[in-house]
Amino acid sequence: MATTVHEPPRNIENLDPSRLKNTGNGGGWRNLVPEADNLHSVQAYAPPPSSTAIWVVVAAISMTFAALTSALIVRRGGAVDWRHFTLPSILYVNTLVLLLSSVTLEIARRRVAAFMRGPKSGQENPARWLNATLALGLFFLAGQYLAWRQLSAQGLYLATNPSSSFFYVFTAAHGLHLLGGLAGLMRVIHKLNRRTLRRTTLDATARYWHFMDILWVYLLLLLWMKL
Amino acid sequence: MHDTAHVQVGPHVPKTFIGKYIFSLDHKVIGRQYYDLALVAVLVGMFLSWLMRIHLGFPSFAIPGLHLLSQNGAPGNVMTPEYYLQLMTMHGTIMVFFVLTTAPFAAFGNFFLPIQVGAEDMPFPHFNMMSFWVTFTGFLFLVASFFVGDGPTLGGWTQYAPLSAAGSVTGPGQGLGVVLWATSIAFFCIGQLLGSLNFITTTLDMRTKGMSLWRMPLTVWAWFITSVMGLTAFAVLMPACILLILDHVAGTSFFVASNLVINDQLQPHSGGSTLLWQHLFWFFGHPEVYIAIVPAMGIVSHILPTAIRRPLLSHRVLVYSMSALAALSYMVYGHHMFVSGMNPISSIAFSFPTLIITIPATIVVLVWLGSLYGSRIRLTTPCLFAIGMISTFITGGVSGFFLAQPSLDIMLHATYFVVGHFHFVMAVSALFGIFAGTYFWFPKMYGRMMNETLGKIHFWLTFVGVYCIFMPFHYLGLAANVRRYQAFVDDYTQPLLPVHKFITVAALCTGAVQFIFLYNLIHSRFWGKPAPDNPWEGTSLEWSTATPPPLDNFGGTLPVVYHDPYQYGIEGSTGDYVMQTSPEKIQTQHDEA
Repeated sequence: MATTVHEPPRNIENLDPSRLKNTGNGGGWRNLVPEADNLHSVQAYAPPPSSTAIWVVVAAISMTFAALTSALIVRRGGAVDWRHFTLPSILYVNTLVLLLSSVTLEIARRRVAAFMRGPKSGQENPARWLNATLALGLFFLAGQYLAWRQLSAQGLYLATNPSSSFFYVFTAAHGLHLLGGLAGLMRVIHKLNRRTLRRTTLDATARYWHFMDILWVYLLLLLWMKL
Repeated sequence: MHDTAHVQVGPHVPKTFIGKYIFSLDHKVIGRQYYDLALVAVLVGMFLSWLMRIHLGFPSFAIPGLHLLSQNGAPGNVMTPEYYLQLMTMHGTIMVFFVLTTAPFAAFGNFFLPIQVGAEDMPFPHFNMMSFWVTFTGFLFLVASFFVGDGPTLGGWTQYAPLSAAGSVTGPGQGLGVVLWATSIAFFCIGQLLGSLNFITTTLDMRTKGMSLWRMPLTVWAWFITSVMGLTAFAVLMPACILLILDHVAGTSFFVASNLVINDQLQPHSGGSTLLWQHLFWFFGHPEVYIAIVPAMGIVSHILPTAIRRPLLSHRVLVYSMSALAALSYMVYGHHMFVSGMNPISSIAFSFPTLIITIPATIVVLVWLGSLYGSRIRLTTPCLFAIGMISTFITGGVSGFFLAQPSLDIMLHATYFVVGHFHFVMAVSALFGIFAGTYFWFPKMYGRMMNETLGKIHFWLTFVGVYCIFMPFHYLGLAANVRRYQAFVDDYTQPLLPVHKFITVAALCTGAVQFIFLYNLIHSRFWGKPAPDNPWEGTSLEWSTATPPPLDNFGGTLPVVYHDPYQYGIEGSTGDYVMQTSPEKIQTQHDEA
């Protein structure tokens, strides 16, 4: 055995005991043989995967929209064919609808916790707040569709001009991602009615929904400034 | 909160054949599906390269039966220039996406990442299943383009605009072929995004008791770093593909400039930016190179300690270097665009990080070489391929120093020098990583050993073969042999034809050698020697479970981790190593200064 190539044995007892307790990097003091009850369990304090996952999803979607944004900026810079147009005013109504849906979702999220504590809490089923969120989400999508109709009534189609191309691409991409949020909400409502809802599922869905909200506000500002 | 009501604990046991082998939720089955997909893809890709090489070496040679593949592309069994480009495009696309990304990252990562961190599965098995089937659908789209319209696209795997965006006026396959290509790649991106989501959450949230970040094997680190890259890179390529599709089917003008005349026809597009595609593509494209090579680095770093029976010089330095490669890979993408007419200042700005990125790459190589130095090596087949990978990575890396400088790159960019460079540093190196991983993990994946003698024959012939194929490429490049041409019969390239003939013969022979591997793979799967649980006397968690691993990976109880992953060369109760799960105290600890 080629033991000689390694460091001499380390005297574990001589280590500062306060450092042994330092478990900052997720598994504790490396290389020490832990005592049976001193094993640092990652799972004991790791966040639930759905909570991490939603940040991963947010990162990926942010990259996608960052790429589209940079495409818009590059395409617009030095383009002689760029024609400005005024955004359909219904978009501002849609924005309010979407912001409102975030509020109803937050109300639902607060009430679900009390509701899930059991029948004694005297809480009525908060599903109606979730249903309201769902309805507002659908209103938003319908409003976006109306905005498309208004644009096409003006003769602005997907291929008419780069500015209208980007408008349709951005709103369609956001709408598709919002559909994912609607599916998540329906799943939450279904689970709530069957009393199998986990708090982490609701939190993750809510985070995604709020992100869709923020993303839309960002897109609105971008489109308002650049188109 | 009633958190646990009706919540199923443990893996769901599939009952039907379809649930078990086709739409399986088990990460191990999904990993094997990815491996089989990569195997089919690599055979297709290699077959295409044979056709191309035969044509390059012997331009007037009629390949029997080629007209069956494409009536228009190969009249009289000799391929047209356009068909050569179509084959080249498909070779590149299939190899980069469906082999070099699929096998070392998606296949091995799916199978071994959860086991190596001590998890019973990935947290989102349905997404994981979708990830494979979406990728598979992408592959079908790509292969379908051989059989529809006027064949696959000819724009190269990079699909530069405006050629890729202007439609069928630019050549065969440039209409429907490009749309199928972009659809295929968009599907592939979705698949890899779903995969990355699972990889990242498994690594962060599913590690078992005692498995701190620094106790994760280097393969886990490599897959984790790769999935972070994949998450950001594929999320950019996907919208780019969608914009490309819109230019085709909706008549938008994202990538086609105004007043463009192609084949005497004025194009209906206006004002698009041709460079925009290159920016979007290479923002993905350069990290993609590291998506292919970092898992191979992880595999090599994981295999070497079992062969030299001592840990590598430094675990942490390797992790930091691989992370640095990932971070820098986003800042260097412009070096693919030195000849694009980009502002020379930008060229310098991209050249600088390109030279800097060679530092972490060199550190990785030095750690490997320093660890190998003076060691007594068990020269098993996986170890041979790992050392082979180090060799090809160095060879390919050295030519990178030349290409990183804009002034030299402008001369060499369109020549075979670049072809030699990236085939060594990315393709062959990642492929050797795949081979090493296959020989190393096959016993765990299929419960049987592969034949060592055949493996060694495979290694030596392949190793000599790839040098015979790709070293002369550098020479050709320095002799100004342009790339992407279908034949070299013109005056100044004529003297180089013997070199092309040599490469063709080498490519045919080296390709034929791969059938030894294929035979070994299939034969061992059914008739190989039954494998013990720990054939290579390894220490990480995959070797502490049964062979092949049970459905929940560890048979009911999750393992507890007591040690760093590479405790070799010390007195242990099992020999000269101590497994991660062994609770015994170690007197000689490996640590890093």
